[in-house]
Amino acid sequence: MLTVILQTVAAAVAFSVIGIVVGLFLLGIDRRISARMQARIGPILIQPFYDIRKLFSKDNIVPENAIPSIFHAAPIVALASSIIVLLYLPIGSMMPILGGYGDLILVMYLLAVPSLAMVAGGFASGSPYATVGSQREMVSMIAYELPLASAVIAIAWLLYSSGISDPFTLQAIVENPVWTLVGPIGFIGLVVLMLTLAWVTPAELSKIPFDSPEAETELAGGLLVEYSGKNLGLFTVAQGVKTLVMGGLAVAIFFPWNISPLLGLSSYAALAVDAVFFFLKVVLLMIISVTAIRTGLARFRITHVVTIFWVYLGLAGLLGLSLIILDSVVMGVL
Amino acid sequence: MSDEMKKKPYVVPIGPIHPALKEPVQFLFEMEGEVVKKADFAPGQTHRGIEWMGMRRNPVQIVHLTDRICGICGVTHSLSFARAVEQIVDIEVPARADYIRVIIAELERIQSHLLWAGVAAHELGFDTLFYLAWRVREDSLDVIENITGNRINYGLVQIGGVRRDITPEQHPVIHKCLDGYRDLLGKMLNLFLHDTTISIRCKDTGKLSFEEALHLCTVGPTARASGVVKDVRVDYPYAAYGDLDITPILPSAYGGEINGDVYDRIVVRLLEIEQSIGIIETCLKEMPEGGIIWEPKLPKLLAACKKAHGEAIGRHEAPRGECTHYVAMDGNEAPAMWKVKASSYSNLHSWIPMLEGEQLADVPIIVASIDPCLSCTDRVAVVRGNSSDLLTKEDLHRLSVEKTRRIQGC
Repeated sequence: MLTVILQTVAAAVAFSVIGIVVGLFLLGIDRRISARMQARIGPILIQPFYDIRKLFSKDNIVPENAIPSIFHAAPIVALASSIIVLLYLPIGSMMPILGGYGDLILVMYLLAVPSLAMVAGGFASGSPYATVGSQREMVSMIAYELPLASAVIAIAWLLYSSGISDPFTLQAIVENPVWTLVGPIGFIGLVVLMLTLAWVTPAELSKIPFDSPEAETELAGGLLVEYSGKNLGLFTVAQGVKTLVMGGLAVAIFFPWNISPLLGLSSYAALAVDAVFFFLKVVLLMIISVTAIRTGLARFRITHVVTIFWVYLGLAGLLGLSLIILDSVVMGVL
Repeated sequence: MSDEMKKKPYVVPIGPIHPALKEPVQFLFEMEGEVVKKADFAPGQTHRGIEWMGMRRNPVQIVHLTDRICGICGVTHSLSFARAVEQIVDIEVPARADYIRVIIAELERIQSHLLWAGVAAHELGFDTLFYLAWRVREDSLDVIENITGNRINYGLVQIGGVRRDITPEQHPVIHKCLDGYRDLLGKMLNLFLHDTTISIRCKDTGKLSFEEALHLCTVGPTARASGVVKDVRVDYPYAAYGDLDITPILPSAYGGEINGDVYDRIVVRLLEIEQSIGIIETCLKEMPEGGIIWEPKLPKLLAACKKAHGEAIGRHEAPRGECTHYVAMDGNEAPAMWKVKASSYSNLHSWIPMLEGEQLADVPIIVASIDPCLSCTDRVAVVRGNSSDLLTKEDLHRLSVEKTRRIQGC
């Protein structure tokens, strides 16, 4: 028993470190590719590491009318919860470390925690900009929960109706690629859900066009406006891990295939190759659903964000769900 | 919490230093949720005392000082000032110099509008378009540098003409740049006017009705976007503008109705780039031969200025609208009075009707939509000890009476 706990803890620590490093690389890749799309040279890939080193060498400045305890706790909570989600994700052919202790519903709740921490930190920093930013973040969280939830429910229902046990665990989803469980109608439904999730990702990560909580030109950084030094560094690290998590979640649900069986590898070599392949998939997804979108669009007003998520993407999510249900009904009849 | 407390609006200050503002000005917004209920602003944060400096210098020195009033309108202020002095001294500017002045003024309009387009895109959070606009702007700056020797602070206008000629070798360079812009303009119009995110952010945002635009005496593209047909180049032609066939550009030129919103201001500015390209091409073609300056020897020019008595107003349609310089000369080396009114001064008050009732998210783009040039506008700021305040007309009158009494010794 003790060895199991020790192994889990050791693996968790190792995963956290790897997650942070990979997350920061993702931020660097995003900045670099966005720069190239804008015909700029852009920073080097390890620029986020330099940024973090600089931020961690600086002091925290706490505003006079802030609530210091919440103000300081927010970045730690944000980073910790992002890392915990990472421990629930299957990476390549490696099964999640905490896989036996929670399911997709828990992951959804954990995904909301970094945003909630930022909201709390924003309200606690006592600046009108941060207050407005926090209000906007809450509104956009409420907005994108509906399409996100409908996508997750649709996937779980699909697994359940296909007779797979524990439909809500990520392991089950990875072991039974969703595309193999549906007919042509359900395939369309899955594509709709995938596109919906691709639009939820930039909102979850507060990127343009859904970056109104931070809105540099309006709110000067919004809920992060009063954060500086180490706390801001922690938020940046959390942002990197969250980017990895969102990409990893999409890969786990929609693109769970591994490359090792194709190459005929096994054991540790397979794990390593699959992990690298997993990260490549994450990078590709991030470029499509974060970098390209944020480079090609202007910022939405918060009212637009709500309309888009509740009306258009909400309907898209429900459409995907209904298509999948319809598919299984049709299949059942046949 | 009582209802009274809940309904109490909270105040969001923006500025004097804020990423939405390219120059310092302070806004105070009374907010209800995300909606601006009441807006107020306080300019006067960047007074530099240029008029004070100018009134201790001779007109030729002032011409080069006027270049430094604005970083973007390099030729606007020097042209307005030169035209005021030319009227007082009764100088006839050679025709070729008038054409060169028009060419450089229109090149300035192109680069200024492109700069604005970039800023507007950035305010909307569309940085890709911002980089594109500023990258293509470099071509016009290169041409300006080719003609004048400088990217900004051109130093081209002199009292009685211009200091550098445009040689036939430079014509292909200018034409190449203009052709490039003509090709690009369709793309720019498409990117700015047909992009969904820009349309939903800019249409019906920051509306200024025709009446408000007229009553607040707005000028330039801000006025024209609200349907006020107003352009100094057409209404009171100067330099070579009288020889040219130009009409003020209204947003209806791109089809559709005139709404006076931010979108219309984008339309007007982008179409004015096209108009400027046409004007420069006509000027290059029809430019007469001859001298470029009334008197090349500066001592002679200064002697003529020193003898002159009188007052005059010089004006020019800057990229942002009408800019006026009032000059009075009384037979001394330095002018007796020099007053600069930058175009933004006339436009600033249109912010209030534009901003009230709008979303906080739209404040940056609305503020930027009049293309404010605050450092050029600020004329008076009084700082005494740690407190600073603005002087009203009554204060100024009181101070002047006190000073007169002091001089009279009573």
